[in-house]
Amino acid sequence: MSVQVAPAHPGLRRWGGLGLAALAWFVLYRVNLPFWDWLIYDVFGLDPDSALGSSLHFFGYDLVKIGLLLVGIIFVVTVLRSFMSIERTRALLGGRREGVGNVMAAGLGVITPFCSCSAVPAFIGFVSAGIPIGVTMSFLIASPLVNEIAIGLLLGMFGIGPTLLYVAAGLSIAIIAGWVLGRLHAERWVEPFVFETRLRGEIVDSTAGLTWDDRIAMGREEVATILRKIWPYLLVGIGLGAVIHGWVPTDFFTTYANADNPLGVVVAVGIGVPLYSNAAGVMPLVQSLYGAGLPMGTLLAFMMSVVALSLPEMILLRRVLKPQLIAAFIAVVATGIVAVGYTFNLVLA
Amino acid sequence: MKIKILGPGCANCARLEQRTQEAISELGVEADFEKVTDPAEIASYGIMRTPGLVVDDRVLVSGRVPSTREIGELLQKA
Repeated sequence: MSVQVAPAHPGLRRWGGLGLAALAWFVLYRVNLPFWDWLIYDVFGLDPDSALGSSLHFFGYDLVKIGLLLVGIIFVVTVLRSFMSIERTRALLGGRREGVGNVMAAGLGVITPFCSCSAVPAFIGFVSAGIPIGVTMSFLIASPLVNEIAIGLLLGMFGIGPTLLYVAAGLSIAIIAGWVLGRLHAERWVEPFVFETRLRGEIVDSTAGLTWDDRIAMGREEVATILRKIWPYLLVGIGLGAVIHGWVPTDFFTTYANADNPLGVVVAVGIGVPLYSNAAGVMPLVQSLYGAGLPMGTLLAFMMSVVALSLPEMILLRRVLKPQLIAAFIAVVATGIVAVGYTFNLVLA
Repeated sequence: MKIKILGPGCANCARLEQRTQEAISELGVEADFEKVTDPAEIASYGIMRTPGLVVDDRVLVSGRVPSTREIGELLQKA
């Protein structure tokens, strides 16, 4: 990786600016709770035990907290991932057999910068390089499912335990689902033109030759792009959370959706699959529902089904995959998510 | 100069096209723009991460949206 040696002055400005931004971030994060305590309870004079007071406090505090977490995480992850590229991932996967290949593909799916809007060219690129379909599918499943933004948010909101569970579960689903699809000889359900695609010209590594300034600019732009896309989800998610927090009795959900309810996880996945959002958008809702007493396994299953299976991506993939493979893909992944939900509810209970 | 913007039409593709237009008008050169949205054709350029910028059938950028200035520099070299 070539890092250009910049003259001292721009270097100072770059790292100094970044340091100041980091400092501002930490200060805001620290004053967030005292600020809302002061504003809602002292200035407005609302009672912390009242529905209105606790809801407003929840809304303001969570909005700022999740906003800050998102800005920090998206920026850091984008800069780190600019050192990785899908071209390198493909080179690493070339010549791997199924099994080892599935494990590597799932792991690389987590760290490779990738957007589901590129699922089709990536699929063709992998398959035409001779990577088995099952291994390719492990990559395509892991990439949205084990989302680095979700990892960061889970860590910030729930701590290390649930985060590790989420990563382990997501990787297992991607590895096993890809392996099962490979065993089903999924290549017969791939549109024939994929195997006939000939690559012309040289391959450009999408992140080669970037300077630190380029990487930082990419991080800034990614923060703006994602926040612009998900702010309505954030507002709705945190708003619902505030209403639940203030007005819904805590035993409401625990009565109807507790860990012993055999249908809980299936219902959660059934609701989650047709919904489509990214991890950052769905996380505030997950947090409020957790606060309202829903079990973690059910919630992780809900979140995974929202991010891993999306109608827009299926429509895109239909260009290269026959309906049988799309159906098998959805069935295998949804089954995996349901299994994860039940396992967690059992383990954590 | 024949310029192709490769991508299914996501936000990044639109931004790449807009910046390339800006770079072109700053350079003051003539260019034909073409949007390539067909996944098979995108893949045939060896691109696995959209958006892609192809000038006279050579891939200049893939998977990111450079600044207008960087695009201008790339176009001058092309």
